[in-house]
Amino acid sequence: MVLPRFLKRTPLHVAVIVIVALWSLPTTGLLISSFRPQNDVVTSGWWTVVEHPFEGSNWTIKNYSRVLESDGLWRALANSVVVTLPATIIPITIAAFAAYAFAWMKFPGRRMLFGGVVMLLVVPIQMTLVPLLRMYSGLNLSGTYVGTWLAHATFGLPLAVYLLYNYISSLPSEIMESAYLDGASHYDIFRRLVLPLSAPALASFAIFQFLWVWNDLLVSLVFLGTDSEVATLTATLNELVGSKGEKWHILTAGAFVSMAVPVGVFLGMQRFFVRGMLAGSVKG
Amino acid sequence: MVTRTNDSEPNIVRRVALPVAVLAGLVGLARLSLRLVKEPEGPGDVLASVYDLVGQGASADAIRDRGLQTIPSVALTILTALILGIIGIWYLFWALNALVDALPQRVRESVRPYVYLLPAVSLLGFFLVFPAVWTVWLSFTEDRGWRNYLDAFQEADSRRALVNNVIWLIVATAGSVSIGLVIAQLFDRIKREALAKTFIFLPLAISMVGASVIWRFVYWWKPPGTGQIGVVNAVITKFDAEPVAVFQTVPINTLALIAIMIWLQTGFAMVILSAAIKGVPTEHLEAARLDGASELQVFTRVILPSIRPSIITVTTTIAVAVLKVFDIVYVLTGGKFQTDVIANRMYKEMFIFSNKGRASSLAVLLFLMVVPVMVLNLRSARRQEAMR
Amino acid sequence: MAGVVLKDVNKVYPNGYQAITDLNLEIADGEFLVLVGPSGCGKSTALRMVAGLEEITGGELSIGDRIVNDVHPKDRDIAMVFQNYALYPHMSVADNIGFPLKLAKVPKSQIRARVAKAASILDLTDQLDKKPGNLSGGQRQRVAMGRAIVRQPKAFLMDEPLSNLDAKLRVQMRAEIASLQKDLGVTTVYVTHDQVEAMTMGDRVAVMKRGFLQQADTPQNLYDKPANVFVAGFIGSPSMNLFLVKLGGTIEAPTIELGDQTLQVDPSALEGRSELTDFIGKDIVAGVRPEDISDAGLADEDERSPGETITTTVHLMESLGSEIIVHFPLPVESFSIMDAEFEGEDALEVATDSIGRTIYVARVSPRSQARLGESISLRFDTGRMHFFDPSTGLAIRD
Repeated sequence: MVLPRFLKRTPLHVAVIVIVALWSLPTTGLLISSFRPQNDVVTSGWWTVVEHPFEGSNWTIKNYSRVLESDGLWRALANSVVVTLPATIIPITIAAFAAYAFAWMKFPGRRMLFGGVVMLLVVPIQMTLVPLLRMYSGLNLSGTYVGTWLAHATFGLPLAVYLLYNYISSLPSEIMESAYLDGASHYDIFRRLVLPLSAPALASFAIFQFLWVWNDLLVSLVFLGTDSEVATLTATLNELVGSKGEKWHILTAGAFVSMAVPVGVFLGMQRFFVRGMLAGSVKG
Repeated sequence: MVTRTNDSEPNIVRRVALPVAVLAGLVGLARLSLRLVKEPEGPGDVLASVYDLVGQGASADAIRDRGLQTIPSVALTILTALILGIIGIWYLFWALNALVDALPQRVRESVRPYVYLLPAVSLLGFFLVFPAVWTVWLSFTEDRGWRNYLDAFQEADSRRALVNNVIWLIVATAGSVSIGLVIAQLFDRIKREALAKTFIFLPLAISMVGASVIWRFVYWWKPPGTGQIGVVNAVITKFDAEPVAVFQTVPINTLALIAIMIWLQTGFAMVILSAAIKGVPTEHLEAARLDGASELQVFTRVILPSIRPSIITVTTTIAVAVLKVFDIVYVLTGGKFQTDVIANRMYKEMFIFSNKGRASSLAVLLFLMVVPVMVLNLRSARRQEAMR
Repeated sequence: MAGVVLKDVNKVYPNGYQAITDLNLEIADGEFLVLVGPSGCGKSTALRMVAGLEEITGGELSIGDRIVNDVHPKDRDIAMVFQNYALYPHMSVADNIGFPLKLAKVPKSQIRARVAKAASILDLTDQLDKKPGNLSGGQRQRVAMGRAIVRQPKAFLMDEPLSNLDAKLRVQMRAEIASLQKDLGVTTVYVTHDQVEAMTMGDRVAVMKRGFLQQADTPQNLYDKPANVFVAGFIGSPSMNLFLVKLGGTIEAPTIELGDQTLQVDPSALEGRSELTDFIGKDIVAGVRPEDISDAGLADEDERSPGETITTTVHLMESLGSEIIVHFPLPVESFSIMDAEFEGEDALEVATDSIGRTIYVARVSPRSQARLGESISLRFDTGRMHFFDPSTGLAIRD
């Protein structure tokens, strides 16, 4: 019979539901509050909506329109996109070539150089900030998108090379030997065989890097700044906390705007993300 | 693979001229695009110039006056960046590769790997290695020189931050890993496992800033008597106690911040450990059960030892992230009320006080704290590779 | 079309390991030559040297009449089929087969035509749009062959292409490959570790051991006239029984002692073996194939040759229906063709019974009345016996 078995597992199911509920509580609170009128948010707890969930006056989308237009979140969203997309694509291309060289080309010092690149995973970003700031102001890169792209691309390279190397070196050598016999050069092999076959690894890293760059605060603050023309969502949200700390109807909507894209990407590409994590769980 | 090259090749002038032309084109493209992407007004400027060129002077002026609308401006910037980034880099490689092909046969294959490595190694060298070394130099030459390090340990605020980092390290890491472990084991047995895991996993996609806002709301304090809107204080006042200003109350505030980190990192631990648990051969579990072990004993005596490598991996990875924590402290407390951590102090010294030497020494200290953990991680990873 | 010639070819790896020593082999145009031997014998290395995937340390390799030691594989006009097929998983069958042509910048229309032709020869026309992942093992094998055929090379090189197929499919594909080669008439060098495959497919078979060529000859000659003990023991299944005994008697009436029984050797065995006289009274390796041993109890009165009969017991019986394989013990030491230092101590283990006698093998008629554990009389066809020098392993000849 089904019933007794379900009953026996009830403690388990209850535990699971409780854990899931607890875990989602903070985010739910945020989400619900972002749709409530300003007055309600600061006077009553968000959980009170369950008493009258369907009354129209309990809900509004004005918070979102307000935060996007007047508080500059539209611009910040755009800036985040501008910073993140290239900062994701550039390291992938560069790392793919390097990983291929490490995996399938012979040259002296190959192991040492690769070891060196992987060891760079250890270096925290903080170790580069002070000098980079000085270098950037000299090169006129401070507060520019380009400077941020270069910084993010560099910081993402060690992990990218590591992940891609692991994947590329596990491709069957016979495929490359066969192509070589047919007259393919390294470039041909890379372009026609290795790249397409590495698509899963490339996708995994791309998602990693995308989330990392989109959610980053430190690099944004240091290299891009808080000027509303260029500030990303994270930096802008941080500013909002400082300037509009009590206005929860705005803060909640703003936070949700900053979360929407990465959570969407994450949910959509979960598979690649998990695979990437299992493959190389080494990023600080 | 034996490396040899083709006998049949087109004449040398064409082989050199074409790649060089491409390279020149790329440089020109880069310089042009640089103007576009560097400044936020860039796209507007360039578009205006284009309009001028095609004789649409009026539209050009309109753009110069009002500036370009956000969406087209952003779109242009991204487009340029992507073109530069993908196509530009690709053709850079293509051109360099073709130039290598133009070299005499003897040196060709010895040079080629370096071409493939060039961009990666240059970026890393220029933007990572060189600055890192310079930072060490700065820590010993700016401000009070090597005494910067002494200050880090002797000044009360700094010591507080170091102690906090240790507390963070122990509590946040242990918390995330143990909770992740328990959840992984629990969820392993239910039907809608993937769905449930997604909920736990979701915070990983949220930025630390976003998470900070979320939890700031949870911890929010309002004067007693007014309706509490933060979950924590709502529960506390239900028990007729005074609401607590979480961020300002001393030992609790650090723990509250740590809780946010745990909330964020547990999903990661859960995924890795869940995969590891599933990797334990069922025969081992069945054999143990047949031998009379209780479920708890099966967990502690069979599962845990089998997944030890994964536990090490997860612990070290989370530990590194915890040691470097910056966003949460910066956004929520700014380090006040004794919640400071090293990364935050480093930021303040660098940006607010412009103490290059002190900032650098803090960065180096952070580095030194992270290294042993990473070494453990990489060593464990290498051992796992060897076993496979 | 062209032949492949290896002259004094040597292969030494940078760490000093010599994989191939003084290999001399002439493969005629259109010939199907099989390289066979135990793992580590150098057969794959030799093939890869012909392909250009390994450097030739010493000696000359010619394809057609051209010395190709330093010629790029692409220009050697050879095509290779790998053990794991090396099919590109992200490309369709048609693209896989056409890949070498695309690299050679052959015009698209020609590529299509040649791919279609290769596909029709191999019965793959319906599979052209599929990806390798959706094909069966046999079909994938054929795609690999298609890719080789479409290049119209001077020689095919095949590295154990059938190892990944199940037994039945292997037998079927063996026949297909052999007949395909006959139709196309392309010189083929084929590597395998399976001596049955070697014997059934090759015009000639080259047996290798530890980098040395043992013997290259037609299958029948390898069977009838093995040049040394290794070839004798390697070719033929079950393996030849190799007795380490003293050659007794006189040169007109030689005998060998099998324990406390004496076997009289038929004088016809001495034909072409004049050097045998030097071994009278000395140790010798006498080889008798299992198929040359019969159940004496089934012979007619006049065919019984008591001098050639040995009595022993049936240790183990395997009834195959078409024949019975009888395992029997003799207190005679066996000569091992395996190398202790190379294949390890385990390779030297011989089957023995409970009192330490070595177990040998005979293939007898299904009508035999042999019973497990009971006594049996076995007649050795000593006219077909082989003799080898125990110190060199070489066959004793003129």
